[in-house]
Order: sequence, then C-alpha cells, then structure tokens
Amino acid sequence: MATEPIAEEVAGTCVDSYGSAIGMPQLCFDWFPNQIFWLVITLVVIFLVLSRVALPRIAAILAERQGTITNDLAAAEDLKAKAVEAEEAYNKALADARSEAQRIAAEARAEIQSGLDDAIAKADAEIAAKAAESEKAIADIRAGALESIQVVAKDTAAELVTALGGEADAKAIDSAIDAQMKG
Amino acid sequence: MATETTAAEGSSLVFHPMDQFIVKPLFGDGAVGMFTITNVTLWLFFAVLTVAALLVLPTSKRAIVPSRMQSVAELAYGFIYKMLEDICGKEGVKYFPYVMTLFMFIVCANFLGMIPASFTTTSHFAVTIPLALAVFLTVTVLGFVKNGAAFLGLFWVSSAPLALRPVLAVIELISYFVRPVSHSIRLAGNVMAGHAVIKVFAGFAAIAVISPVSVLAITAMYGLEVLVSFIQAYVFTILTCVYLKDALHPSH
Repeated sequence: MATEPIAEEVAGTCVDSYGSAIGMPQLCFDWFPNQIFWLVITLVVIFLVLSRVALPRIAAILAERQGTITNDLAAAEDLKAKAVEAEEAYNKALADARSEAQRIAAEARAEIQSGLDDAIAKADAEIAAKAAESEKAIADIRAGALESIQVVAKDTAAELVTALGGEADAKAIDSAIDAQMKG
Repeated sequence: MATETTAAEGSSLVFHPMDQFIVKPLFGDGAVGMFTITNVTLWLFFAVLTVAALLVLPTSKRAIVPSRMQSVAELAYGFIYKMLEDICGKEGVKYFPYVMTLFMFIVCANFLGMIPASFTTTSHFAVTIPLALAVFLTVTVLGFVKNGAAFLGLFWVSSAPLALRPVLAVIELISYFVRPVSHSIRLAGNVMAGHAVIKVFAGFAAIAVISPVSVLAITAMYGLEVLVSFIQAYVFTILTCVYLKDALHPSH
C-alpha cells in the first residue's frame, strides 16, 4: 500500500489520498470502461480458442474413442460368433466320426457274418458229400458181403453135397441158395 | 496489507478489506483509462492462459487413452455438454461453445482469485454485469428470432386460471428483467464477500493472542471460498442454460 499521499487527479473519486478504497471499488464507475474493455477482449479470445481449437479437438477425441470402443466390441462379437461356429463344427465332426465308426463296425460285422455263413454252408455241403460217400461205401461193402456169403454158401453147399457122396449139381445149388438168401 | 497499514498508522487496528479490489495501472501511477494495462488486464490474461492450459495443451496428443490432464479437459467438456443437452435438448448444443466460454472463464477467474495477493476479476460488477447482460440480450434476441411473437407466451401462463394470468404476466415480466441483476450480483457478491471476510480475519492476525484463531478462520474461509468458486461458476452456467431453454422453448 502506498503510504505517501498521492495526487488527487490520479486517485480519482474511488481511492483516498493514502491509496485505500473509498467505499466499494466495485462501484467505482471510473474503472468500468477499462474492466469491460479487457473483459470483452478476454471473452473473445477464450471463445475463439475454445470454438476453433479446444472443443473440436476434444469432440474428435471423444468420437474417436467411442468409435474405437464400438469397433472393439464388434470385433469381440465377431470372434465370439466364430468361436461358437468352431465349436459347432467340432461337435459336428465328432458326431460324423462317431457315425462313420459305427457304420464301419457294422459293415465289418456283416462281412464277417457273411463269411461265416459261407464257411458253414460249405462245411455242411462237404459233410453231406462225405456222408453220402460213406453211405455208398457201406452199401457197397454190404453188397460185397452178401455176394461173398452167396459164394461161400454155394461152395460150402457143393462141398457138403460132395462130402455126403452126392453129385453136386451147380444149378440146383445156386437156385436153392438164392431162394434161401431171399428169405 | 492490513498489518502494513496498521504499522503505518501506528495505532489501533485498521482494516482495509476492500483495498484488494482496487484497479491499478500495472506500469506507472497514472489514471486508469479505457485502454490502460491494469491488474485487471493481467489477471484476465492469466485466465486466458489457464483456460488454454486446461483445455488446449493436454489434448494436443489426442490420446485414445487420456492422460490425467486430458481427462480433466474431457470431464469439463462432458460436464457442460451434458448440462446443456439435459436442460435445452438437442437444439441447445449449438450454443455449447458460448456456454463453455462462460463457464471456463468464470471458473478459472474464480480460482485464480484464490491465489493469495491476486486480483479477483469476477468480484467486480464491471465484469459480471457484462456477462449477465450478454446472456440476457442473447436469450431475448434469440427468443424473438426463433419464436417471433410466440416468445411473449413466456409471460402468459396459459395453465393458470384466466383471471390470474394478467397478474402472473406482470410478475413474470418483472422476474424476467430482474434476471441479469440477480445473475451478475450473485456471482460478484459471493466472490467479493468471501474475499473481504478473509481480509478482515487477516487484519485480526496482527493481535498476537487472536492470531491462531485468525489463521484457523482464514483456513476455514479459504476452504469455503474454494467451494464457492466452483459452485458460483456452476450456478452461473446452469442459469444460462435455463434462460437459453426459455428462448428455445418459451412455452411453460
């Protein structure tokens, strides 16, 4: 604060001779033009700085951030959809493989079954053939045996007749034996 | 300041709480003319610098992930933008730079005034009256340009009974013209009163016994004044938005 008295015309009506305020400095109209002039300049400068530089820049930053967030969210959504798709594909592949395996197993089973059936049929046929052959052999043998018996009987009869001192009539013996054999 | 004066006058306590509001030329001791560079000029210039330092410098990197100061700038932007949009709707967004200028100037000037030994520009009616008048004139002109004579519907309360309407119209008219007065005196009055009270407490600090109380009181007042600095800027801005809404949508 000025402690020296100051000139009257410099102090004006608002400040006393010791430099102190008279009443409210806010109501000193001597200073109004000065304050209003600099205020207007200040406001114009702030307005220009804000409307030309600061506000468009901040608006751009906020819009860009919003855009980035939206893009990232969309990308995340995409990736999620892809993951779901991949899982579905995996499950489908798994199901396909399972059904394929079942089909192959069934095929193999059927093949084996048919092979088995063939083999059984073949074996049956072989067995039947063998049985028929054996039967024929048995019949042959039986027939052979009968013939042998006839021959033996005829011979024996002829011998017996001879031994008993008779004359062996071959024809009579044969017919007698045949008659005997027929039962 | 008060202590110096006390020492100078040598005797009892003398308070000069209003001396801090004196406008002085920065260079020399001449009279204060219209274009004189004064302490007002200096602190208004600091306000411009502060606004630029808050909104222009930190956003220069245009970072997607903001730094702290860029967050502050974005918060200030979002705060006023949302306030304007909530009150005036989409049509009000056009006037955003205007409202933002008012808010940033008042809030920066108020807080610069909180620096000890600074000059508080917003404590002067010479500053707040032009601000309030600018809002008043803008709203009035805008109201008539946008709505024509329908803007006068603001004073004709069509929801009231017919007999009451002329009475209400007079009251509305008076309240409309009182707006710039209350708008400007509220801001300057709050800021000035707080600063003057702090100065009065500072004067008491010259007495050794009282000085601890005085320092405590100054601290408390300072905290209150920080609050007032922001709240008054907020109130001024929100009232500007409300008046702007009247101009855009004059019907009650």
